[in-house]
Amino acid sequence: MPDTGAMPDTGYAVAAVLVSAAVTWALRALPFAALTPLRESSTARYLSVHMPAGVMVILVVYCLHDLPVTEARATAPLAALAVTVGLHLWRRTALLSILGGTATHVLLASTVFAR
Amino acid sequence: METSPVATEDRPRRTPAPPPATRPEAPVAWPEASAIRPEAGALRSDAPSARSEARAALRDSAGVGLAFLPLGLAYGALVTQSGLEWWWAGLSAAFVFGGSFEFLLVGMVAAAAPLASIAVSALLVNSRHVFYTLSFPLHRVGGRLGKTYSTYALCDEAYALTTGEQARGWSSRRILWLQFSLHLYWAASSTVGALLGSFIPDRVTGLDFALTALFTVLALDAVRDLRGQLATPALAVLSALFARLLFPGQLLPAAFVLFTAALLGRRLATSRTPRHA
Repeated sequence: MPDTGAMPDTGYAVAAVLVSAAVTWALRALPFAALTPLRESSTARYLSVHMPAGVMVILVVYCLHDLPVTEARATAPLAALAVTVGLHLWRRTALLSILGGTATHVLLASTVFAR
Repeated sequence: METSPVATEDRPRRTPAPPPATRPEAPVAWPEASAIRPEAGALRSDAPSARSEARAALRDSAGVGLAFLPLGLAYGALVTQSGLEWWWAGLSAAFVFGGSFEFLLVGMVAAAAPLASIAVSALLVNSRHVFYTLSFPLHRVGGRLGKTYSTYALCDEAYALTTGEQARGWSSRRILWLQFSLHLYWAASSTVGALLGSFIPDRVTGLDFALTALFTVLALDAVRDLRGQLATPALAVLSALFARLLFPGQLLPAAFVLFTAALLGRRLATSRTPRHA
């Protein structure tokens, strides 16, 4: 394995991808065999209604979890988040909301709040 | 552009099917063309044709798929800036196909982290997929090969789109085409991002916000499907904040466990009391 800084060895970089792919696929496929019998229960139906919204909300919090809330540069992601939410409530066009929010963030992070 | 993924092909056509040759809109010079035109195929049976299903899936995936563009560009650029080769961006995007983990993976590979710790990180960050099993409509995907691919390409965005209200009537083919389109957008935009990465000036930062924006949009749509039951997103936020406080290093798995437990608790509590509506 090479030292940090140098370009990682190709065999290692490919192996890292294969290991990650195997673990990810196992997590996506194996639980179906174990949990399928539970699907018919009313509890599973309840979860299937409520989980998607909660899961996505948690992923948003995860994306923002290292936000430096006490520093001025936290303004960029917060403003971008407000633009994303505002655009989406207004027009409900996923593409517009995502591009608008991302553009706001790139603009602010690259200029006003550039490190 | 069309915002709602609800496609007209979902509705069974009630129009009686005339013989193809007498259909006025069928081109006279190309009678066999009616066989490949999706409209003509849909007219003859209630099941939409293969092509119209693929087209509907393209429309379903368009909003999210185009959001993969800035994200893929950011990912590809990060890969080359971290000292990895451009093709590695495409390879990891196509094989791992889990955007949020891939961003972490770049850093680990650039730092030559041991394969075992890469495996553990993949396990922890992607453990949320276990919870997708409870609601992803795999039972509607046909065939062993179809199911195998469907689980392989079960990314967050595919889960969000196929569990939404508009997806209830989607066929096996439409789900698979949707997943394939997302997979393709991601792999292609990552590769392009890596190739163009060197052209993006170092001053331009913050493209990675596309991931946050993407999840925000998916969350708003999913919350809207709940029709004002704001207790669910509130429980999710609380679970994430508790997880952040108690297990800052393992926010994701901790938050999902807490959230699932909270939902089950709420289900128990509400099923005991009689409904008042």
